[in-house]
Amino acid sequence: MGKLPRRTDAGMEPVGQAVIIDLPSPSSLKVEERGRSKRYRSVTPYLFLLIPVTLLAVLTYVPMVETFFLSFTRWDGFGQTPLTFIGLQNYIDFVTRPEYYGVLFVSVYYLVGAFVQLAIALYLATLLSSSTRFRNLFKGIIFFPYLLNGVAITFIFMFFFRPEGVLDSFLGIFGANPANNPLWLGDRSLINISLAFVSVWRYMGLNFVLFLGAIQSIPPETVEAAQMDGANKWQEMRYVIMPGIRPILGLSLILAIAGSLSVFEIPYIMGDGANGSMTFVIQTVDTAFKYKLYGLATAMAAMLLVMILLVTWVQRRIIRDDPVELI
Amino acid sequence: MLKRLSAMLAVMLLSSAALACGGSTTSPSTSATGTTGASATATASAAPSAISGDITVLTNRTDIVHTVFEAKYLPLFNALYPNIKVTFQGLTDYEGDVKIRMNTTDYGDVLLIPNAIKPDQLASYFTPLGTVADLGKTYRLVTEQSFGGTTYGLPITVNANGIVYNKKVWTAAGITTLPKTPDEFLTDLQTIKTANASTAKWVSPYYTNYHAGWPTTQWQSNRGEITGNADFDNSLYKTDAPWAAGTDEYVIYKLLYDIVNKGLSERDPTTTDWESSKGLLANGKIAAMALGSWAISQMQDAAVTAGGVAADIGYMPFPSQVNGKFYSNIGGDYKIAINKNSPNQAAARAWLDWFENSSNYAYDQGGVSPLLTGKNPTQLADFTAADVQYIQQTPATAGNQTWLGAIQDSAKIQLFDTAWPQKIIDSARGADKMTLDAIFADLNTRWAAARAAVKAPNA
Repeated sequence: MGKLPRRTDAGMEPVGQAVIIDLPSPSSLKVEERGRSKRYRSVTPYLFLLIPVTLLAVLTYVPMVETFFLSFTRWDGFGQTPLTFIGLQNYIDFVTRPEYYGVLFVSVYYLVGAFVQLAIALYLATLLSSSTRFRNLFKGIIFFPYLLNGVAITFIFMFFFRPEGVLDSFLGIFGANPANNPLWLGDRSLINISLAFVSVWRYMGLNFVLFLGAIQSIPPETVEAAQMDGANKWQEMRYVIMPGIRPILGLSLILAIAGSLSVFEIPYIMGDGANGSMTFVIQTVDTAFKYKLYGLATAMAAMLLVMILLVTWVQRRIIRDDPVELI
Repeated sequence: MLKRLSAMLAVMLLSSAALACGGSTTSPSTSATGTTGASATATASAAPSAISGDITVLTNRTDIVHTVFEAKYLPLFNALYPNIKVTFQGLTDYEGDVKIRMNTTDYGDVLLIPNAIKPDQLASYFTPLGTVADLGKTYRLVTEQSFGGTTYGLPITVNANGIVYNKKVWTAAGITTLPKTPDEFLTDLQTIKTANASTAKWVSPYYTNYHAGWPTTQWQSNRGEITGNADFDNSLYKTDAPWAAGTDEYVIYKLLYDIVNKGLSERDPTTTDWESSKGLLANGKIAAMALGSWAISQMQDAAVTAGGVAADIGYMPFPSQVNGKFYSNIGGDYKIAINKNSPNQAAARAWLDWFENSSNYAYDQGGVSPLLTGKNPTQLADFTAADVQYIQQTPATAGNQTWLGAIQDSAKIQLFDTAWPQKIIDSARGADKMTLDAIFADLNTRWAAARAAVKAPNA
């Protein structure tokens, strides 16, 4: 490009040439190259998604659909046996026979345990969110049980609860005679409390970390403002912290209730659900694999899903967990 | 929103269509005129070195798959059949894993028949090994996994049933003769308990192994011994009250109940441990456990590890006599069979035959040999000394083989299950509110209802 024409008044110097850098504009690319790069850009995300979606479909959705499908049949699990359609009979059986729905009462112990767990986690999170000495050490100790494998935990507690085991020895320090202690697992009225305790021990760390993160995300100015207004610790908790962590509280509550309905690992390894510790999922597993009633077992699994969805819906209605504006 | 909903529905419909395409739903063939019969049994004529192939053998013995199967049996086998390559797969959860694999065609070439299979399903999964009449001339218990006169599995070892006990503890308590009735057994246990009240680390005269669960099912193996009845299994599907007073089942489980009720078993059944129970018996901290004869060699090994000798462990028959004679059920352990879909039928049959005839597996494991002419193991010397009569439960007659399985499924009472013996133990120690009579009555009622539901015959 040549000299740009310039309006020259008296007193304005002519400016130098403008320098144009010649970049290859999109229009200068060949047509095929342009199309390929555009297609490449739009297909790449889907290629990345292909593997996770395939895994999700194959390992989650297809089995789920098959579960619903099987719940309307009678089948014994062998490939060569034909499926017999019996419609809603499995669901009717489940709802009308106490020996099937009766195990849900065991979940009440775990539900109570879950509330205790949330309370303790919240208390500890509040404590450790302010500047306490050895804060990080305590956080590590509290979270550590969550990292352990469930089977390992159950074995640890089998030794903990056996007669003259760890718990009896610990109580012996205070003078309790092991022979007079109740049987922590053998006593039918105690076994569910003991197992709920194991569950609380295991999962409290996760709730603690979630609450800690949520509490620390509350702007400190709000807390200081409340303290300057003369709020004591309890009022600070009730009016500032709780509303601030409401979404996390709601989530933890849903997880706790869903978790208490679907307890499996700890009572199963501790004793196969014997001595009154049988939970809903253990019964489902036994019905499928021990008694070969796949139709009934899949119906139970479907009912569990329905129950959890129902609980979630109710809980979302009662505790609205949209974030609260604290200012 | 609507677009998303319809997309989700489309995915679900597509996936259910994919389901409908896969998975065979053909009805099982009940006739034993198998299409693979000809090729399966044609190995006798072929020369050993001519048979070749790669076969996979499935086993539940994860404890000896490397030390015995690979190290000891495989070289001996390959000396005779150099061209057959054998790979062993030890499965910890044998029943569960194999059952899932049997939904495909890939379940090894040679395997053990899972207990969950019913007789009428055998032909769909396994190659016929021969007729019952033919094989019965060489092997024991060929009828246990047979259907329609054809055998599909041969027992790898044969177990007797009784109670394993620590001889030193019993003689130290002053007991010199074997108990002949359940009451005598209870008295003996009580004597042992009193004699050991101050022994260090004493546990109990009897150990139920409630926590592991499966040892409680060993009591059921004694059915038929109380009345010396070799036809007991066949009577079960014809009766409405198997647990009525005076029947075998009643006597067996009343004894278990009394042992726990009188405080002759461990204080907390929910924390028992199978592995340590072997050490407890070997060291004399417990006195007796009701287990099959397969347990004798394991207890003897534990006794030697504990510093004693194998002779410390004894085996007594169930405390019940008929006309002055003890009885013990002989039952096949797992049965070895050939996968119907295996492409190496000849090689598989070569291994099966060698294992049954020449490996001495049963003798090594302390079991009765599956061969009629096989030698009895040293572990059962006590039984010979006590002149125990062996009985073998006769198989169901043709056309009646499915009743027992159908009734158990319908009643949801599996005879060899842990749930109801554990309930009896719980009732005996006061943890379950039902009394023993109530439990028996409930079992009888459900059994009768199931018999009616499947229309089982009365004779």
